[in-house]
Amino acid sequence: MSEMRTPLSRVHGLGSAKSGSGHFIAQRMTALALVPLAIFLLASLVAVTGADWQTAHDYVANPLSAILLLLFIGVGIVHMRLGMQVVIEDYVHGHGLKILALVANSFFAVLVGLTCIYAVLKIGFGS
Amino acid sequence: MADTQQAARPLSPHLQIYRRTLTMMLSIIHRITGVGLYMGTVLLAAWLIALAMGPDAYDSFMGLAGSLIGRLIMFGYTWALIHHMFGGIRHFIWDTGRGFSLGLVEVMAWIHVIASITLTVLVWVAGYMMLGAM
Repeated sequence: MSEMRTPLSRVHGLGSAKSGSGHFIAQRMTALALVPLAIFLLASLVAVTGADWQTAHDYVANPLSAILLLLFIGVGIVHMRLGMQVVIEDYVHGHGLKILALVANSFFAVLVGLTCIYAVLKIGFGS
Repeated sequence: MADTQQAARPLSPHLQIYRRTLTMMLSIIHRITGVGLYMGTVLLAAWLIALAMGPDAYDSFMGLAGSLIGRLIMFGYTWALIHHMFGGIRHFIWDTGRGFSLGLVEVMAWIHVIASITLTVLVWVAGYMMLGAM
């Protein structure tokens, strides 16, 4: 097969990083898991609408809802990080800025993910 | 040398060249709702942190969430979540290699629009029924 890459891209060392399929599969697998988990989140939000702190706390502290919430957060964070990575790669063209945005994306995902997980665990294990 | 090569390569027409189509708009909205949900995780984190901190923090947070702007943002979040979910399901159908005929694509797009609006309204009706019941 003839060379498909331009000489410029060859010099830059750009092109396939050999990880595109893994990205695609991870995006779709997390998406699949998120369908029922998102429906659970919506049902949960309806269930605690107008509820006082104790009722909402009891709802989240219930092991079943805590585990499903943790799954939504964990899987959702991975899915959104992959999605934002594609958005950044599509629209941010400056090399330095792109790297910065990709790093910020990962940091944001871990920060929000850990914050949510810590809160759910505290509610679940707390008195 | 790189400059002459770059100049010789054609540019593809950009968004504003094309006639607007529903499927095109849904593709764009899918991405926008995805970014919106990304930002929305901060709201989910704030809700959970407030809940973990105790009744006072929770009441303050729910006061903000229950305001008109809070409700609008939450309405946007639920619609974005539902719209993005149905968009994902449409992509799953395409991933199996099915649903690519033009007529079917158009039908799926309209089902997507109607289903996401309907489910969003149903969720909010259920929410307001919970408020009435409390």
